[in-house]
Amino acid sequence: MAESNSGLVGSFPHLDSLLHAIENLKKTGYRELQALSPIPHHAIDAALEKPTSPVRVFTLIGCLLGSITGFVLTIATSLHYPLITGGKPIVSIPPFLIIVFELTILFGGLLTLGGMLWNARLPRVHIVPAYNPRFSEDRFGLWVPCDEKEFDEVTRLLESAGAEQVTPATR
Amino acid sequence: MSQLTYSQVDHDILSAMKSPGRRYYLLLLADVLVLAWGIYAWRYQIVHGLGVSGLTHPVMWAIYITNFVFWVGIAHSGTLISAILYLFRVRWRAGIYRTAEAVTVFALFTAGLFPIIHLGRPWFFYWLLPYPQVGGLWVNFRSPLVWDVFAVMTYMIISMLFFFTGLVPDMAVVRNRTSGWRHKIYAFMAQGWQGSDRQWRHYKAAYLFLAALATPLVISVHSVVSWDFAQTIVPGWHSTIFAPYFVAGAIHSGLAMVITLLIPLRKVFRLDAYLTQGHLEYLAKLIILTGLIVGYSYMVETYIAWYSNNIPEWQHFTYQITGEYAVPFWIMILFNSLVPLLFFLKPIRTSTPWLFGIAILINIGMWMERFVIIVTSLAHEYDPNSWGLYFPTWVDISITAGSFAWFFFWLLLFAKFLPVVSIVEVKEELPPPVVTKEGVT
Repeated sequence: MAESNSGLVGSFPHLDSLLHAIENLKKTGYRELQALSPIPHHAIDAALEKPTSPVRVFTLIGCLLGSITGFVLTIATSLHYPLITGGKPIVSIPPFLIIVFELTILFGGLLTLGGMLWNARLPRVHIVPAYNPRFSEDRFGLWVPCDEKEFDEVTRLLESAGAEQVTPATR
Repeated sequence: MSQLTYSQVDHDILSAMKSPGRRYYLLLLADVLVLAWGIYAWRYQIVHGLGVSGLTHPVMWAIYITNFVFWVGIAHSGTLISAILYLFRVRWRAGIYRTAEAVTVFALFTAGLFPIIHLGRPWFFYWLLPYPQVGGLWVNFRSPLVWDVFAVMTYMIISMLFFFTGLVPDMAVVRNRTSGWRHKIYAFMAQGWQGSDRQWRHYKAAYLFLAALATPLVISVHSVVSWDFAQTIVPGWHSTIFAPYFVAGAIHSGLAMVITLLIPLRKVFRLDAYLTQGHLEYLAKLIILTGLIVGYSYMVETYIAWYSNNIPEWQHFTYQITGEYAVPFWIMILFNSLVPLLFFLKPIRTSTPWLFGIAILINIGMWMERFVIIVTSLAHEYDPNSWGLYFPTWVDISITAGSFAWFFFWLLLFAKFLPVVSIVEVKEELPPPVVTKEGVT
């Protein structure tokens, strides 16, 4: 459905009717459904069959980058200006590990945030028309991408599952 | 909380953000006046030099470093409640974690000022950072003071990330209910959040990993702060017990501060359904644990000093107990390790006045603990010829009072501009609305 951005949004007062609608639409062959909900719920993710979020890869890369930065920063700067303090070796790994640890966490955290923003496509300037403020309050939304000739069938499927309102909206 | 509905949650929590009354402005004004006085004292100290504070040989670290350690410690309980309890899937954290996390961020704002206030020439604070300068000289990574810079700055950045990430879905709720300039600010903070399954999936993953990163971080931060002392050879400081002792003490003081703040918040904003007596009781139970650890540390420290048969070490402990600073020492023992034991009694830990009173005493006791550790050790080092005393002047006291005003200034703004209880997490704890009887698991 990449060529078309048209679709219908169903608004559900109940979580289980939303899940029911997702199942029915999937059986009929509709794909790329998008749920909008006030809370995260694992049942929604399971129904939509979404893969595990790749944010964890960003965290790992951030942590590795942080460790490397920590080692390079401490060792290279100590060698660059070799000044013996307290009779300790120029490259003193045990104290340097503290800097390495802190930078591991710092870079890991920053890249986790970056990974979230990147994957969730945030920040966004325009809210999609499919969004209804009540989807942040107490309603569950389901956006179904479909052509105008499919509107009747999708409306029927959404309403039979328990949607209280079905409105056309673009992504 | 099972009788609440989602829109009721929105309504209750957002009603705390309505325009404040006259009492709020009076409180804010009083706070700003104390803050302004503290800033004036700092200005006075910068103009006339550090000599106007009570700092004098041999006690060159005193109330400023006490405040630094105290505020970093206060920060710790926020991370405990928001990150560690999140990893353990402790359900009761939902109602209190936003406030605890705000305490973390604002306590770090305050703590971060003190090493700078403590500098004779504060405008050179950036010398602590590694940057390429013309002489080719870098910071000394073998120094605990540099570890401190890295630990506290990392902690501040990660806590703020965690705080603002947790706020994003709530900001969407506030955005939808406001208009005008407020709407613009909240819409910016919500970053275009719409609660799509895609956003939630990545958000939850990021939140989990931030919690997992914050957990070892919080333990490292107060360990590093303790090594500022333990890495020296000063009697009373040079001890391997310092890191766990400081971390437990930090959480002890932080939990007490969270109780001190939650009780008025709950009353003023009528959030009894969200911040229940049960929440305070759980916190009181955690305080029993940390209080016992702190009390145990006091005993072990003293025992090891005696058992080591090291004369300077043992004279330090006898001096603590009987010397000029014996009153702060006994306040510390009484308020930190004995008074919290009253929480073993159920009527006491479920009574709001008792909880509030004991929490205040622990705050005082923990501040005294840091004062005793720092000042008594420096006052009586090895050479009796160089023994000396420290007494705070009006400058030290004004800056300390100003730091409390600074912390409460941010907290007062937070209480009015942001939801003090996480809307989304409270909703998550409620059973989701369903048609069928069996519900969704």
